[in-house]
Parts: sequence; C-alpha cells; structure tokens
Amino acid sequence: MDNIKSMLDDPMVLRELIMDHYQYPHHHGLTDDASYRSVHMASDSCIDDITVQSKISDGVVKDVRFDGVACTISTSSTSMMTDLMIGRTKEEAEAIVDEYFRMIEHKEYDPDVLEEAVAMKNVYKQANRIKCATIGWKAMKQMLEESGEDHE
Amino acid sequence: MISVPTVRKDFPIFTNQPDLVYLDSAATSLKPQCVIDAVTAFYTTHTSNVHRGDYAIAAENDALYDGTRKTVASFINCDPREVIFTHNATASLNQAAHGLKPLLKEGDVILTTKAEHASNLLPWFSLQKEIGVKVEYAELDSQGRLTEENFLKALHEGVKVVALAGVTNVTGAVQPIRAVTKAAHAAGAYVVCDGAQSVPHMPVDVRDLGVDFLAFSAHKMCGPGGTGVLYGRRELLERMDPVFFGGDMNARFSSDGTIILKEPPVRFEAGTPAIEGVIGMRAAIEYLQKIGMENIHAYEKELRAYFLAQMKKLDNIQIYNPDNEYGPVAFNAKGVFSQDAAGYLASRNIAVRSGNHCAKILHEVIGTDSTIRASLYFYNTKEEIDRCVAACSEISLENAIGIFF
Repeated sequence: MDNIKSMLDDPMVLRELIMDHYQYPHHHGLTDDASYRSVHMASDSCIDDITVQSKISDGVVKDVRFDGVACTISTSSTSMMTDLMIGRTKEEAEAIVDEYFRMIEHKEYDPDVLEEAVAMKNVYKQANRIKCATIGWKAMKQMLEESGEDHE
Repeated sequence: MISVPTVRKDFPIFTNQPDLVYLDSAATSLKPQCVIDAVTAFYTTHTSNVHRGDYAIAAENDALYDGTRKTVASFINCDPREVIFTHNATASLNQAAHGLKPLLKEGDVILTTKAEHASNLLPWFSLQKEIGVKVEYAELDSQGRLTEENFLKALHEGVKVVALAGVTNVTGAVQPIRAVTKAAHAAGAYVVCDGAQSVPHMPVDVRDLGVDFLAFSAHKMCGPGGTGVLYGRRELLERMDPVFFGGDMNARFSSDGTIILKEPPVRFEAGTPAIEGVIGMRAAIEYLQKIGMENIHAYEKELRAYFLAQMKKLDNIQIYNPDNEYGPVAFNAKGVFSQDAAGYLASRNIAVRSGNHCAKILHEVIGTDSTIRASLYFYNTKEEIDRCVAACSEISLENAIGIFF
C-alpha cells in the first residue's frame, strides 16, 4: 500500500495514468437501460460534450458509464470517477466527490480517498481546465443528489 | 510595405508581455497606444454623454462620436448616414436580421453556409422560429469555400436574404461576395455580409461589393471592445425597425404609445452608446488607414504562406485549410484533442484558440469537431511563426498532459 502511495506521488506515473484513462477509458459507452439516470454535460463549455449515466439503487452506486467528445482531462477524470464510484454507498460516493472538489479547488484533501484521481491534483494551476476536470464529476454529483430525492 | 518592428512599438503589450506569441487575433486584436490614449482621454479630459449636453465637452464628444461615422464611411466607402454604431458584429447582425422582419414573410428563404459563425446563423434561426422563414445552405468545398457555381446552384426565387461571411472565421475562406451580391440582387435577395474577419484585414468597399449590409467589430481591428458597426443601404434602413427602443432614438412619443422615431442611423442606437468605444474605433481606423489596408493584406498573406509552408513540413500536424491563401491556419496535432494541444502551446507562451470557434456546424464540412486556430495580424513576425511551428512539432499526448506536472 505504501508502495502504491509513493507511486501516486510520481509525476511520471500520474501522467501515465491520465494517458491510460484517456486512451482506454473505463466504463465507456452508454446503455439503453431505462433504470439508469443520465446527465448530458454540454452547456458548460463549448468543446466538451459528454454524457454520464448511473444506476443508483438501494443506496448503492451499482454502475456508472460515460461517453462523448472531450479532452484528455475531461475523459480521464471522468473515467477515474467511474472507478471510484461503482460499488460505493451513496454516502461514500458523495464523500469522495466532495474530496475531489476540495482537491480541484486547491484546498486540503485526503489523497487516500481519491486513489488514481490524485492525478488531477495540479489542474488548479490551469484555471481554464478546471471545467474539464470537473465535468464528469459534476454530472455524478447531480445524479447522487437526485437519487436522494427519490426516497423522500 | 510594413515595417513590423516599428509597428510593434505601437503596441504596449509587446513590452509588457515580451515572451508572448499572440496568434489569436481572429478572436480579438491587440491594441495600439493611440487607441488606448483616445479611450483614456475620454475618461480623463472629456467625459460626457452624447446628443444631450449643452456644454463644451459634450459638444466635443458629439463631434467626435458623430464624426466617426465619416471615418467609417471613408474606410468602407459609404455615406456616413449609413453607419450605425452597435456593440459588436453580433449586435449588428441581429439588428440586420430582426430589422428585415417587416420585409420578410413565412416561407422566404435565408441562404447561408455551414461555415458561418453563430452570430450569422442564430439570428436567422430565431427568425425561422418567429416568422417561419427557412434557412438553407449553399454547398461548400472541404475547406469552407463557396464557389460562384455552388452559390448559383443554391440560389432560387424563394431566396430573400443571403447571409454570408466575407472571410470565414475558422478556415479563412475568402468568399466571392461581389459575384454573390450581383446574382442575389438579380434574384431579388438582400445580402447581409459578416465582415468581422474581413474588414480588419483587407480593403472592403461596400459600393464595390454591392452588399446591402456589412457587420463588423472594432475590437478585432485594433479598437476597443463593446463597439461595432452595421452598415446598411440607406433606403433599406429607412424601412427597417430597430431592435431596441429607448432614449435618443425617438423624436417624440405620447401617452397613447405613439412613437415617432428619429431618422437612421440614430434610430438604431437606443440608449447611451459606448462613446469611448466609438472614439477609440475612430483612432483604430485612422491607425489602420495610415498603415494601409492593402499593405496589411499583402503582409498577412505573405506571413500566412510562410506559416503554412513550415506547418506542412510537420508530420504530426494535420491542416484543414491548406489551400486557402488567407486567414487563420486551422489544424490539429494528430491524436491529440485540440484543447490539449492548445494547452501545450500555452505552456510555451503561444496564444491560440481551440475548439469549434462558434462555427458549430462547420464540422459537417471539414470533418472534425474541433481545431486549433492560429490567426495572424500585421504585427506578427516570422520569428513568432518559427516559435509556434517549433512548439507544434513537439505536440504529443505525453507533452500535452505533461503541462500538468
């Protein structure tokens, strides 16, 4: 574990991670399954156009999928997000999302919670790319919030 | 001939950002000191509104503001009464489109192309929804060029307006406006020309081109932001409605809602205009006229040819408009998303734009969703081009991601 932790401090490793998630994104491709929620993120920026889908039932994130046209940061950050969300309870997932936004906003954050997504830790230095690093995560946050409304 | 080193001394940004290579003039141009001084003087020595004050500096501003119509008229060869000041080319095109409503009816066709900027499409789409006109597209070649032949093929008696950019904003296609206008008029159609990318870069003569409307922005031609021009043929302006109603544009009104409008062009300038913007635009036009639009055009063509020749040598670069002899170079680094590549160039202090550049249906013509657009102006140098080309040769996925570490 310590070994993995130190690897996630290595810029070369983080760069490889981003490339890998960009070239071979995880949970890529959308489903027609009506039990999934879907959020189309296209209005925030002129370039990125992605759709994120999730299946949240019994308080657990069962699946997350995405597709679209996007840059390396948008694609890889969303791909990493899907890995972190699937199998978590809604509360765990929300905590991870909050932690991620803290990192992106350059606040104190817990790198252990974010695992590979710490690769996005320097995006705050390029203010115009923060949108890219958060597009998929915002979609997920919205779906987590909406899933709560169903139970009320 | 332009002495670029001399010209560059006029632009304080080159002193303040000595390492910056600015290749984004199609988005907005840099500003010379004379324009900055003209705008500043309005704030420091002659602040007032226009058309309202009975004191000396107000009269001075009236003369400067309305006098700028003459400056514009000499620049594009029209009557000063045909020069409407707007907030930008977008506002000008919206005024043209909505102003023409009384002259259009359901089923009338607006003929345009898929290479147009949003500002010359969306106003027509809104008319499509509002009064039922129909937007049609003339066919373009793969580099966004409209041939006279393709235009004639698309033209028919139902066409009432032709909406076309003089130079397109992504691929820099110089459209055959004179021929289009001649044919359009013969068919009974008006021509609305988006001059945002042509007026700053080449001599544009509305009488010679024959267009009924020409829209452009000051900020793309060394002038201040928030200021644009709509040229409109006088007899058309007289039949058109303003988009905005309010102060200055009315002669009188009464409690029953009757409004008597002033004559054009003031009819189309409701509310306090960007007075300092118009005054700054005057300084910008005078500055460009001093350098000479022919000289600017010739130099940019030469610089672009050099740029293109260097870029063509790079194996990792795909160019989308290699045969156009003018305007921006639109390209991508193979296998790298445009914004990632632009991010890499930014890390080398090279300013370009990435994305679809507000031309969101152009992808149907050039076959890619997004591009990097490097655009030139007369103040750019071959040394800057060399730096850009060298940085482009280095663009790879690894390097584009590397900027974050």
